[in-house]
Amino acid sequence: MVNKITDEIIDYVGNLAKLKISDDEKEQTRKDMQTIMDYIDILNELDTRKVEPMFYIFPVHNVFREDVITNGDDKAHMLANAPKQKDGQYQVPKTVE
Amino acid sequence: MDLMTLTAVQLSSKIKAGEIKVMDAVDAALAVIKEREKEINAFITVDETGAMHRAREVQRLIDIGELSSPLVGVPIAVKDNICTKGLKTTCASKILYDFVPTYNAEAVANLEKAGMIIIGKTNMDEFAMGNTTETSYFGVTRNPRNVGHVPGGSSGGSCAAVAANEVPCALGSDTGGSIRQPSSFCGVTGMKPTYGTVSRYGLIAYASSLDQIGPVGKDVTDCAALLQVIASYDSKDSTSVRLKDYDFMSALKNNCAGMKIGIPCEYFGERLNPEVKEKIWVVVELLRENGAKVEEFDLGMLEYVIPAYYVIASAEASSNLQRFDGVKYGYRTKDDMGVHDMYKSSRSEGFGSEVKRRIMLGSFVLSSGYYDAYYLKALRTKALIKKAFDIAFAKYDLILSPVAATTAPKLGESLSDPLQMYLGDIYTVSVNLSGLPGITIPCGIDSAKLPVGIQMIGNCFSEKTLLQAAYTYECIRNVEGKGRT
Repeated sequence: MVNKITDEIIDYVGNLAKLKISDDEKEQTRKDMQTIMDYIDILNELDTRKVEPMFYIFPVHNVFREDVITNGDDKAHMLANAPKQKDGQYQVPKTVE
Repeated sequence: MDLMTLTAVQLSSKIKAGEIKVMDAVDAALAVIKEREKEINAFITVDETGAMHRAREVQRLIDIGELSSPLVGVPIAVKDNICTKGLKTTCASKILYDFVPTYNAEAVANLEKAGMIIIGKTNMDEFAMGNTTETSYFGVTRNPRNVGHVPGGSSGGSCAAVAANEVPCALGSDTGGSIRQPSSFCGVTGMKPTYGTVSRYGLIAYASSLDQIGPVGKDVTDCAALLQVIASYDSKDSTSVRLKDYDFMSALKNNCAGMKIGIPCEYFGERLNPEVKEKIWVVVELLRENGAKVEEFDLGMLEYVIPAYYVIASAEASSNLQRFDGVKYGYRTKDDMGVHDMYKSSRSEGFGSEVKRRIMLGSFVLSSGYYDAYYLKALRTKALIKKAFDIAFAKYDLILSPVAATTAPKLGESLSDPLQMYLGDIYTVSVNLSGLPGITIPCGIDSAKLPVGIQMIGNCFSEKTLLQAAYTYECIRNVEGKGRT
């Protein structure tokens, strides 16, 4: 259990979450997370040592199908949603120096 | 005659009988929308041209005898997290402010097959995270019953649109109460089906193991009819379940004799507003007088449902919302920078504060070192909650409870304290955690003239029992005049 949500935890989690937390926002974010985590600690009252984690209510199975194309080529419409595109492809900032 | 005061089933009957045309129904809906939207703001997008075009096509198909379903020709509103081909779908977020899906959600495809007319897309809490519709990037929706109050959420736009007679019915989605609670606050009927009953294909995911699309309508009959339209097995959703029986309308029987109803004592504790409690007890007594066997019992686990829900929902959200990175759709930061900073800035500028709070919480509980202590612990708690319901449903056909501890709060009062806001979902989230069906039916108005709703909860796949009980109460209410809104 965490007793204290620190600025370091906020920085670390912000990085995992791909979110920029400005210095102005950091204190409020830390406080909110502390309050919520303190509350969540109530779960420790429950003895769950013999309980399996339940991901889904019903058994979930893989659904297989033949690899057959059923939808048409919608490239133009899909690309139309992109904030930036070039030569029929998504355009992103330079990724490799 | 005011067409928009009719229920969806009544409206469709008039269309099928040739008394009115589909275009008349669409015109009537658009007229009310024009009149009320300035005040209510239930819609993010109204598709006037598309709806009129589609109305003429559906009328033609009715005329040549190709369409005759119970809801054919009925205008419907769709929550803005459900994909509609060619029609903007924003999740009420800046990060998807201009997103136009290239395909229909399966539920939407089913609406079209049944000859329903999509009028527009409704407002909601951003990414369905909230219970007031105040976290929308496109402004708040006001409660048509009292415009100083919130409509509830996250399907606040869908419920407000039905309550304001802008449309006879709507689709919502329910992850922790997002259909049932706004239905209660707006005085309409809304249902969350058993997990797997309606395909989630094309529903923009919040918490995939809990999300379910469901109907919002003026009464139980409309909910049953709309559920019948949208429920289907879909191989594109790996959690879709094939049902033996999709004839939900056949459950609309006015009879609750011998039905075993459990009342969980702890749901009626100090937290519950006395006026709400009183209205709910009227329902309990009416059902008892009409032959139901009602018994109070201890369901247990109530104080653990909110922490378990917020850990699981936030964990799944943090994973599901990774896809919004400013590359393939939606908002991208204007700053010119490297790719990782572009991701971070686009997300930080594009998501609202409640969404970011949940992504942070979810990323934390899934992170190395905390995964077992929080995420797995919450999933073990979920198993215990489900077990408590299994024990209850071994004894009872259904469970009756409040939907929310109070009626709709005033606008602007809920967002300042996240934890208090989360606690507002205490009577609804366990239904999602356990995959159960639940329905909200209006059962009165309080002294502030705000609607009160009651929640009926059934065992998995017992929609028909639930609908029968809800319908029976509605029949009794309409005769007795008690609890009308």
